[in-house]
Amino acid sequence: MSASSRFFDGMSRRHFMSHVAGAAALAAPATAFTNSILANAADLKKRHKAAILLWMGGGPSTMDIWDLKPGAATGGPFKPISTSADGIQICEHMPLMAQQMHHMSLVRSMSTREADHMRGRYYMHTGYVPNPNVEHPSYGAVIAHELADQVPDLEIPPFVSVGSGSVGPGFLGMSWAPFVVDSNGNVRNLDMGIDPTRLSQRLEMLSAIEDKFIGEKRGASSDDHAKVLSKTVKLMTSDQMGAFKVMQEPKDVQDRYGNTGFGRGCLMARRLVEQGVPFVEVDLGGWDNHADIFKTLSDNKLPELDKAMAALVSDLAERGLLDDTAIIWMGEFSRTPNINGNGGRDHWARSWSVAVGGAGFKRGVVVGETSSDGKEVVTEPYSAQDLMASVLRSLDISLETTFTAKNGRPMKIANAGKVIKELFA
Amino acid sequence: MARKLQAGWCCVTSFFWGVRSLGVLCLALAAPISAVGRDVDDHFGLPQVKFINEQVSAGWSDAKLKPSEPASDQEWCRRVHLDIIGRVPTIKELDDYVADSSPVKRANLVGRLLSDEYLDEYARNWADVWTTVLVGRSLDNDNVNRSGMRQWLRRSFSKNIPYDRFLTDLVTATGVNKAGEKGFNGATNFLTGKLEDNGIQATAKTAQVFLGLQVQCTQCHNHPFNKGKQNQFWEFNAFFRQTRALRQFEGTRDVQAIELVDEDWAGEGGNASQAELYYELRNGQMKVAYPVFIDGTTVDPSGYLPAKMEDGTEYGVNRRMALAQLMVDSPLMPKAAVNRVWSHFFGYGFTRPIDDLGEHNAPSHPELLEGLGERFREQSFDTKELIRWITLSHAYSLSSRIGKGNASDDPAVGEKPKFSHFYLRQMRPEELYQSLLTATEADQAEEKGEKAARKKDEWLSQFIIAFGTDEGDEATTFNGSIPQVLMMFNGDLVKTATETGKGGFLDRVATSDMNNAQRIDTLYAAALARKPTRKEIKLANQMMVARKGDAISALQDIWWAVLNSNEFIINH
Repeated sequence: MSASSRFFDGMSRRHFMSHVAGAAALAAPATAFTNSILANAADLKKRHKAAILLWMGGGPSTMDIWDLKPGAATGGPFKPISTSADGIQICEHMPLMAQQMHHMSLVRSMSTREADHMRGRYYMHTGYVPNPNVEHPSYGAVIAHELADQVPDLEIPPFVSVGSGSVGPGFLGMSWAPFVVDSNGNVRNLDMGIDPTRLSQRLEMLSAIEDKFIGEKRGASSDDHAKVLSKTVKLMTSDQMGAFKVMQEPKDVQDRYGNTGFGRGCLMARRLVEQGVPFVEVDLGGWDNHADIFKTLSDNKLPELDKAMAALVSDLAERGLLDDTAIIWMGEFSRTPNINGNGGRDHWARSWSVAVGGAGFKRGVVVGETSSDGKEVVTEPYSAQDLMASVLRSLDISLETTFTAKNGRPMKIANAGKVIKELFA
Repeated sequence: MARKLQAGWCCVTSFFWGVRSLGVLCLALAAPISAVGRDVDDHFGLPQVKFINEQVSAGWSDAKLKPSEPASDQEWCRRVHLDIIGRVPTIKELDDYVADSSPVKRANLVGRLLSDEYLDEYARNWADVWTTVLVGRSLDNDNVNRSGMRQWLRRSFSKNIPYDRFLTDLVTATGVNKAGEKGFNGATNFLTGKLEDNGIQATAKTAQVFLGLQVQCTQCHNHPFNKGKQNQFWEFNAFFRQTRALRQFEGTRDVQAIELVDEDWAGEGGNASQAELYYELRNGQMKVAYPVFIDGTTVDPSGYLPAKMEDGTEYGVNRRMALAQLMVDSPLMPKAAVNRVWSHFFGYGFTRPIDDLGEHNAPSHPELLEGLGERFREQSFDTKELIRWITLSHAYSLSSRIGKGNASDDPAVGEKPKFSHFYLRQMRPEELYQSLLTATEADQAEEKGEKAARKKDEWLSQFIIAFGTDEGDEATTFNGSIPQVLMMFNGDLVKTATETGKGGFLDRVATSDMNNAQRIDTLYAAALARKPTRKEIKLANQMMVARKGDAISALQDIWWAVLNSNEFIINH
């Protein structure tokens, strides 16, 4: 690869320069972004699949949210309420989501074994238990990798993580790493402050050094560095970066999602999906409620979740995006049915729930059942890999796909999980 | 009684050290230091280095690997500066090393970097490394005073206190965690943030960091795939139950400082002479636990601190002191220590992750791990000696260029490391920060000590992602991803490093009496420790033309490119 072509990645230098010039001009009037987005509205209607993962870091107590056990000793104080989906009841502190449940489905028969935060986080994100010899790609990397072809004009990263950093790309390589932003959509250090000619000269010099070092065959990380450089140049000069500017949404839309970090993250997820990004993860932490769980949930966590999630689901539906966009709500595990001495619940992976909806999923159904005290799954149990296989299926990604790990070993997509058939018509 | 025992033990140990260091001295004198030859080249008269070389090369033979050629002088010099003192070498340090014609020049340089000449930088680097290990990088934790932690660590490393005492001081620390307060002891910061919920985090982290045991899962149940049992977690936890973190508030809310104290503990059953705790099995059944070390050694179950009755009878025990002693005596302790230090220098330890030495996780070089640990103990846990052995080993001297004979040795794809070439790894953010100061000669002007460290913390915070769990898990985006590249492209740190203002680095290079070729050489030496290639010189000259003779702007462009390269940010 010649020096100058390394970072210009398919564009001619002249084309690149026009990009740089465009971005420089756009940096000033923010409206230019909106205009270009509006102008492209027709393009945006082109269908592409996407997924949004709502990640509940810390492990939320799903029997206080999606699978209530009123009257049981383990049940806690919350009452179930009816929802827009026939026969589905959820927690009284989720009244807005209750009106959207006809768009969603619940799996109440998740049963996993990883109840340590880091291990559970890895397992639920990849479908594999941690293994010292291989790093597996997470949902975002897999889905971005499989769907990137549908959005050839995408200039911003195909895997965006709002807040938490998600789990990495594993053996798929740093090109599929999550692009982490805060919930205000601020991307640090985007402004280069020099003229485009000069930047392209600098890049030419830089790529000569990169090439020399790569040519010395010292290992893959030197190539990875160059690949990420090239993606960075593309992003820096793209007007698609406007999709991150969540504060440009009309105020009533912002209010609908809630003036919270998670609310803004969900709104940004919608904007990014509209722009063509195939995978967005939005993080809501603070579910590790070893003490005083019910007050924390009713006063704090559930209202924040309810408002933002309901806004996201309904907004996607109204814009006609829901049929192509999968939504997954989950944490690394759930919490013990037994309430501990501090009025909290501890880590529990044996019987818990996740919520899914959109894309190819059947809506408004409940899959599986737990025992009356919530401690056992009494129907067929499902694993992280089963859930992942189902999400991929909802996006029409072939489950026959096999990756080759860096060590040459074949790795079946989603760890060969089996599709949860009740989630499909 | 335990306190007395502790004092007695210290005496015996220091006597032991005396004898031991004498032995080493004799040995060193006996070795043919002046002899020039293969023998000295190979292990510099140090039996520990010889041992490492034999063990590593046995692994090469077994796997039929041909090790890479030695690294160039410049590459090795850069690497050893980065690893020991946490920054790239200055041009002068580089030139001095290249010009040294001694056959033991590597030993000489390591000796210098470990000597008083570099004491501040050595201590700063290892304080950075250990601050991350002990309390993480996140700034928003009220229960940790990072500055206090770092001051204590810097002091420990500048005095090169033996690792067994380092461990003991951290595990048994009492006092106030904030510098300037009465009774200040920065070592307390390891535990001040880990004592909530009955010290669950103190238990997990102490076992993980110092013994390489992953016990966090066994808090709630027997481990599904290693031998960890739930009772062991709570018996280990029992050692922390006399300890309290007392918060001193400023105004109504903000924690001003935290004092760590040991107090008599009555136990959950209320009987202080048999102070017990209870934990819950998965089936709801309650079980009792007393302090028992992981190898089954029991400790006096008394909850009283050591004291004397009127008749002079001694009773009670300081549980944390008893624990520290058991940890120091444990065969796992030196293994965990050398595994951590080895991985610092090679990018990979003998196990992955380095702090999991459980039986389910077989090490790549079991005899080397064991034997190096034993030698570390024999050397009275002298960390600087351990560093000397590792950096003078044959494996550490190898080039990062991969040959036909060792392409299969690639831990990045999951193979067990064989150390037949130097593995590329990105600088830690702290190293990058310090290296930019050094390369631009800005370190002279920089404030020293805690003020500088806090500035670095602020800069680092942009890369830290907290996962919002009780265990304070965190990750960093300083991992070769786009945010990092953006920071290098456009961030303040590199902006400052590439400034053209009067008196700055580029200005000094531009206004010196060097010619343009020498100026470009200077930039390459400062950042990459090498000369530019012909092609690079040609591009640099084009840059000069493009800037129409504005030399300093051209140098700025070249400097920006050099600092943004893979070759700069990767330790090779």
